[in-house]
Amino acid sequence: MNTAPARRLDPSAAAAPFDVERVRADFPILSRSVHGKPLVFLDSGASAQKPRQVIDAISQCYEAEYANIHRGVYELSAKATEAYEGARARVQRFVNARSASEIVFTKGTTEAINLVATSWGGAFLGEGDEVVLSVMEHHANIVPWQLLRERTGIVLKVVPTDERGAFPLDAYEALVGPRTRLVALTHVSNVLGTVVPIAEVVRIAHASGAKVLIDGAQGVVHQPVDVQALDADFYCFSGHKLYGPSGIGVLYGKEALLAAMPPYQGGGDMIERVTFERTTFAPPPARFEAGTPPIAGTVGLHAALDYVASFDPAAVAAHEHDLLAYATERLGALNSVRLYGTAPGKAAIVSFTMDGVHPHDIGTILDRAGVAVRVGHHCAQPLMDHFDIAGTVRASFGLYNTRGDVDRLIDGLEDVREIFG
Amino acid sequence: MSELRELYQEVILDHGKSPRNFGKPPAVTGESHGHNPLCGDTVTIYVDVADGVVTDIGFEGRGCAISMASASMMTEMLRGKSIDDVQAMFAEFHALVASTEPACEAGFETPDLDKLIVLAGVREFPMRVKCATLPWHTLRAALDGEGEEVTTE
Repeated sequence: MNTAPARRLDPSAAAAPFDVERVRADFPILSRSVHGKPLVFLDSGASAQKPRQVIDAISQCYEAEYANIHRGVYELSAKATEAYEGARARVQRFVNARSASEIVFTKGTTEAINLVATSWGGAFLGEGDEVVLSVMEHHANIVPWQLLRERTGIVLKVVPTDERGAFPLDAYEALVGPRTRLVALTHVSNVLGTVVPIAEVVRIAHASGAKVLIDGAQGVVHQPVDVQALDADFYCFSGHKLYGPSGIGVLYGKEALLAAMPPYQGGGDMIERVTFERTTFAPPPARFEAGTPPIAGTVGLHAALDYVASFDPAAVAAHEHDLLAYATERLGALNSVRLYGTAPGKAAIVSFTMDGVHPHDIGTILDRAGVAVRVGHHCAQPLMDHFDIAGTVRASFGLYNTRGDVDRLIDGLEDVREIFG
Repeated sequence: MSELRELYQEVILDHGKSPRNFGKPPAVTGESHGHNPLCGDTVTIYVDVADGVVTDIGFEGRGCAISMASASMMTEMLRGKSIDDVQAMFAEFHALVASTEPACEAGFETPDLDKLIVLAGVREFPMRVKCATLPWHTLRAALDGEGEEVTTE
């Protein structure tokens, strides 16, 4: 469906068969212990660990090729500029954008969404215009639109979900109307793992003349993304969930949309000509990249995309699906566990609660067993309210996880039962 | 498991499962709502104060075993205490759970605080100290009558 397998067949990196032990050897942190136990890291949905290739690329940047970009005429600045723009071209290929100028570097998904809400929303949305969200959005795709609502009087419409946490296309279609100007949805729910059928979402929105923004923070991790095939107007994601550094993210925007948008922040690098009377702004993407960007962050992101692209996406999908199926089976066998998010075709994220034990207490006990999970509301409080729960325990799987990690999770839950009786 | 046993002692699990003084008392002179935005835990503390003395106290909320037990145990020991006593107990309780010094062997300045020593296990779990102190911060706001929401952040 929303896939473009050809995208990851990167000519610079030969596709290797998927060998999880070889993958694990790439991640130095996985050899450490926590509370005397070998680390089991099941929180890649919050932020993934980094392979040696990314760490080395960042070190190499600082050790050999670092200077500010777009300014100096000297060799190092030229090298750094080349690396920075090279990373942009890499991102363009990664999401199959038409042009590198459609790739804006941001701090992360959150800033990318805020940029669109502030700049595009501020310029083109007015009182009574409708923005469609879903109940499973991360706060980062709710609050920027509420802030815009304060300023402009837009109306927010919310697509519900069902018991399984599926995305109801018919309910969504019913919400899209003549006043809908934007649909802003997550690609993959960070709590439930639900995969939203983006291509259909976009088709329905475009039929009504609405634009579509996709929060791809989770989506870009679990499947190849082709923004042209999806026909998304904006697609946002972060480097740090993709095995890259934190502090670097991406806003993809269609060229014509970005060209019509006013600046987001003012400063150096985003101007053509400044006088005290009048300033003219650079074209995209520079218009939206005021100030010195995270230069080494883009180098790390480039290395992370090369790393991800070195695997056959079908093999990665099979690996993650196996982990999800195994975790679902083992958790499902525990009487006291309730799973949240059982929509078909979901990504490798499992959320659950245990009868009579608060997620926070489960998280502490699992931590002592060396198992790192996320507990709480996962920045998705409206979704917690929908299920009438305070929070869940979430295990999210990455390239480096194994069935053995799932076994350690289950063992840790047995400790929980032993303590709480 | 030993540190976990220290944290999740029977008395804590018991208070967590069956909290005492859960609910709003018939007469209330002050109340405050506490919230931990990191985990979503909430607690509301109700007090009935007459002549500078806590005559009744209750709470409602949703949270982990530590926060519910801390609230439950706190409410159990405060009836009949003066506001000055409560402030002193707060200070000593905070030192008990948040300090990195060894737990006080010599007893406590304030009456009854030794009943809370079972909560000292949280000092080995820095991420959980706020769970234990949230009810107390919220209590203080209820006594001050500020009415503003208390958060751990």
